[in-house]
Amino acid sequence: MPVRVQTADFDVSHEITVLRAGDARVGAVASFVGTVRDVNDAAAVSTLTLEHYPGMTEKALEAIVGEARARFDIYDALVVHRVGELAPTDQIVLVVVTGAHREPAFDACRFLMDYLKTRAPFWKKERTPDGTRWVEARASDDEAAARWQAAGAGDTAP
Amino acid sequence: MRDAPPDSLTRLNVVYLARLREAFGVATEALPMPEGGSTVAQVLAALRARGGTWATELAAGRAVRVAVNHAMATADTPVRAGDELALFPPVTGG
Repeated sequence: MPVRVQTADFDVSHEITVLRAGDARVGAVASFVGTVRDVNDAAAVSTLTLEHYPGMTEKALEAIVGEARARFDIYDALVVHRVGELAPTDQIVLVVVTGAHREPAFDACRFLMDYLKTRAPFWKKERTPDGTRWVEARASDDEAAARWQAAGAGDTAP
Repeated sequence: MRDAPPDSLTRLNVVYLARLREAFGVATEALPMPEGGSTVAQVLAALRARGGTWATELAAGRAVRVAVNHAMATADTPVRAGDELALFPPVTGG
């Protein structure tokens, strides 16, 4: 269950190729890429700086991937999250899931993103025309993660 | 005669992240710990007692998350010398 936190950009095609290399059981690969928007909360964003808590962040991501593997019928999962200063259109996060069939792959991909957004120690700071500001946590992200708790193990998307 | 134990064995390492690090103007500090250990709630109370930004940022009702040794913690989680306690705002990654 590879998990990486890095400043460097990632190549989605390369990451997918490596994750499913030689695994002929795989019939479905689901992926999600998060990118930097140029607008947030009605303000223009020129840079987005991501901070993490070295040591804990990797551990938290590994725990989330472990939970996805326990809940869904999938073969493998990858999470790559960037830190440092990013600009609009830059890639921030990649989640890739392999499985035999699309449904658990899609579900696990969404579960990983929902949990990552509420449980992995990362913080965003954005630069707007009015200066820099820390991004506030969103209640909608908590609600998205909470739906999986209500859904229970092995269920499909909430 | 024995040397005094190193600081890492008598103190709690406290880490401040993101907005809290900027508000306090400090990234890490080593707090002296009572021999029998303490709890997250007691550490927070001691920091609040510094007043000013410490009192406002850590006031009851503010969304402050706590981790002890890289695991999420609650008010009654025990801490002892040599542990690492981190304080941070709700996470905003992804």
